Amino acid sequence: MSQIDQHTGKESSGIVARDTIDGEIATLNLGPTHPATHGIFQNVLQVDGEKILSSEQTVGYIHRAFEKLAERRPYNQITPITDRLNYCSSPINNMGWEMTVEKLIGAEIPKRVDYMRVIIMELARIADHLVCNSVVGVDTGALTGFTYVFQEREKIYELFEEVCGSRLTTNIGRIGGFERDFSDEFYKKLDNFLKTFPKVFNEFDSLLSRNRIFMDRTIGAGPISAERALEYSFTGPNLRAAGVDYDVRVMNPYSSYEDFDFIVPVGTQGDTYDRFQVRQEEIRQSLLIIEQALKNMPEGSYKADVPDFYLPPKEDVYNNMEALIYHFKIVMGETPIPVGEVYHSVEGGNGELGFYLISDGGRSPYRLQFRRPCFIYYQAYPEMITGSNISDAVLTMSSMNVIAGELDA
Amino acid sequence: MKSKLENNAVLELLNGKFGENIKSSEQPFDLLTVEVTSESAHEVVSWLKSEPSLAISFLTNLGAVHYPDNQGREIAVVYHLHSLTNNFRIRLKAYLPIENPEIKSITDIYIAANWMERETYDFYGVQFTGHPNLKRILNEDAMDYFPMRKEYHMEDATREDKDDRFFGR
Repeated sequence: MSQIDQHTGKESSGIVARDTIDGEIATLNLGPTHPATHGIFQNVLQVDGEKILSSEQTVGYIHRAFEKLAERRPYNQITPITDRLNYCSSPINNMGWEMTVEKLIGAEIPKRVDYMRVIIMELARIADHLVCNSVVGVDTGALTGFTYVFQEREKIYELFEEVCGSRLTTNIGRIGGFERDFSDEFYKKLDNFLKTFPKVFNEFDSLLSRNRIFMDRTIGAGPISAERALEYSFTGPNLRAAGVDYDVRVMNPYSSYEDFDFIVPVGTQGDTYDRFQVRQEEIRQSLLIIEQALKNMPEGSYKADVPDFYLPPKEDVYNNMEALIYHFKIVMGETPIPVGEVYHSVEGGNGELGFYLISDGGRSPYRLQFRRPCFIYYQAYPEMITGSNISDAVLTMSSMNVIAGELDA
Repeated sequence: MKSKLENNAVLELLNGKFGENIKSSEQPFDLLTVEVTSESAHEVVSWLKSEPSLAISFLTNLGAVHYPDNQGREIAVVYHLHSLTNNFRIRLKAYLPIENPEIKSITDIYIAANWMERETYDFYGVQFTGHPNLKRILNEDAMDYFPMRKEYHMEDATREDKDDRFFGR
């Protein structure tokens, strides 16, 4: 079988059977739909026994044309699209988009909104990392931790539900802030979560972190060096596991992240174990950030003064002419939008989630491009698994946290 | 973290090095945006990476924009680059004619550009010369048009109730 090498472009007349056990090479489809791929990805592997000789990726199975859709929708209707990028931490995507628009229109955001956003975004980060790390556990054969932490993830989703009414695809917040202030019930549930979660989390940690079997399975599995990771434009936990301390929250602070005291954990080997540990530590840091935000929560409004973008209260719409006009303009997408070009990025669950927005003053963006971290770093997957076993390939994919929704846009 | 480089200082360096090839520049939202000729884009990206005083060696994003009304320069290829050590971001743009949107691939500088260029080809039809494997990535291979170009409307063309004019466009 002849195939073209993805990176060198040279056509090879087939894989040379070096170091093979019996000189026989099999073609194996890993995916597109298989429980071990945790999403719709296809990898055509050339294997010699258990050993992977090469891999060819196919992506795009769930492409939904988000960037084209965004060119037709008014700004506030784009938030639900962002939900469906990395759906494990949709609040981060929602707020990243809202902050992009706020940057374009030059809205002044109250400090309280920033802190409220930080709480929601860090909860989302915890949920995102919990899924990733517990699934790494599942792929090594340890299902117990997964069932433990999914109960806690449920509590995070209940918190989202308390704020916005939905759980997975949240569409949380508005351009300019939140639709309402956090309720007392939310604070009660959050306190409860902050009390019970560390105990469960530490138990989960003790099941895996120093577990001999887990360590044997993950140390050295799917490694990447810092240099290669940078060449491949890695961001997020995967880059930090390789030893580069790049975190958008620190480098280009948004939503008042500069007020918070937290550390950016880094690994050294860039392997599955380091990626796991970096995410574990980030969960702990996220908890610290939430506690700081709660403690220092400023007084003020839960929304900015941007009547052109923020829907007025419903009772005003019926009784107040001005509110009725704003309501109509927002719903019909007739709000005046400044002309401009803006790039804004946030630290998503998987890394730098960027929004490149060009506005020509029309009701919807002239062009909106999402910088999707998964799409960019998943390219490195064949390089990371070549020479390893199939079981390591599965582990590598789950520890990279490749999310099909974000990858295929 | 504050950036260690100034927009104007970097622009001056670029002007000094590339002169004629730097067509224009602006700084929307404090992000240095430089338009370069399509022939020099590869060289500029490469120089930014290798120049030790800049160390702009991280490819954040690569994409394209279609401006159907720009005669002879309809397609803009946009690079977002980042210097992690200096915390400095820069945006490069190169305009290409729609009849022959051809630009040199930067996959030899950044391996991450591979899929980004494939995506840009897939949606805008930009031909990246020297790309090792330039084929569609998210759309199906049999597709014979480039869907993100502005002439392709999103809605069903037979529907009159969704005319763009009614929505402020």
